[in-house]
Amino acid sequence: MSKKRLATVWLDGCSGCHMSFLDMDERLLALASLIDLVYSPLVDAKEFPENVDLTLVEGAVSSEEDLHKIQIVRQRTTTLVSLGDCAVTANVPGMRNPFGLKPVYDRAYRENVTFDPGIPNQVVPALLPYSRPVHEIVTVDVFVPGCPPSADTIFYVLTELLEGRQPDVSQKTRFGS
Amino acid sequence: MSSATSVKTLKIDGRDLSGRQEETILDVARQNGIFIPRLCEMDGLSDVGACRMCLVEVKGQNRLLPACVTAVEEGMEVTTDSDRLQKYRKMILELLFAERNHICSVCVSNGHCEMQMLAQRLGITHVHFPYRYPKMEVDASHERFVIDHNRCILCTRCVRVCDEIEGAHTWDLMGRGIDAKVITDLNEPWGLSETCTSCGKCVHVCPTGALFEKGRSVAEMLKRRQFLPYLTLMREENE
Repeated sequence: MSKKRLATVWLDGCSGCHMSFLDMDERLLALASLIDLVYSPLVDAKEFPENVDLTLVEGAVSSEEDLHKIQIVRQRTTTLVSLGDCAVTANVPGMRNPFGLKPVYDRAYRENVTFDPGIPNQVVPALLPYSRPVHEIVTVDVFVPGCPPSADTIFYVLTELLEGRQPDVSQKTRFGS
Repeated sequence: MSSATSVKTLKIDGRDLSGRQEETILDVARQNGIFIPRLCEMDGLSDVGACRMCLVEVKGQNRLLPACVTAVEEGMEVTTDSDRLQKYRKMILELLFAERNHICSVCVSNGHCEMQMLAQRLGITHVHFPYRYPKMEVDASHERFVIDHNRCILCTRCVRVCDEIEGAHTWDLMGRGIDAKVITDLNEPWGLSETCTSCGKCVHVCPTGALFEKGRSVAEMLKRRQFLPYLTLMREENE
């Protein structure tokens, strides 16, 4: 069996889902014989490659960069997985949504800043008006709620998908988890 | 209750069952270990049929009926679980999640929330509707308790327990439809309420993290709900 091409993407999240991924510990070795990790914050690839079989997305879509990235990811991925509550519900990043953009920017870049307060216009990507779940932007194939989903859950989801089955996560994880 | 005519026989999910005439479909289902989801109904309080989670199919009826306020009838044939009911229950619950700001991961009731548990039980892995992100208030003016309207699902358990059990009627509803919210007294800060006895019953019947005790952090708000049937029973015996 040829190895499946796996990618993981980190949008607006705390990296906790990636930490949970690493928590699979020695099971990562078993996975390594089944997959090629072609793009991830854990490896050094700079460009999201073509023809990815499976992509795990952590985080909500909150900035123009996230928006750009997730569209490319969707185009180049066969099976897209929303991993964790931020990707599935917008979760904590979405807590800014009721306030609107201006108070959020003011809080971060003016009120709590002593040196040269002001909204950055380079390097830091502009925020979107709302932080949104991934499936409100692009089609998502598999949803894995949890904050974060446990290593057991992630391992179950990956092994099911790699063997061509649709995972049922309802007994393994939930919102908040 | 001694009269034989007061007993009704009916079928629930194909099982032959019986109930007293004043009992509801939900009562009889529960006595027989048949699960019907519900969020607003609570043993010991009056029933209002507000949350619509307990909708069931009754043979011969086109519309779905809420099991918590539908009395059993002779010869009734009830279905509590079908593809159609599953679909509507999921839809209703997803709409509740989309309506206000339910962030389970940072909620005092994470792991103890009736809404969160029900979502898992019904197999909800994401919400199909766009979230509304309304700006909601948090009233922490009370000495011991907080109401976070972001997490309120308008089940009105707090309103009913305060009126029917405590007899204070501090809580009520104001506004209609999407603008409805629970209020204390005449929409005054809870801490200034002259009717509130600070008994805390509202906090403990609340199915979500909307009502909680001050000082509780994420997942720390355990609610004790067992007191209610006992209180009601004791009062009935005294009357």
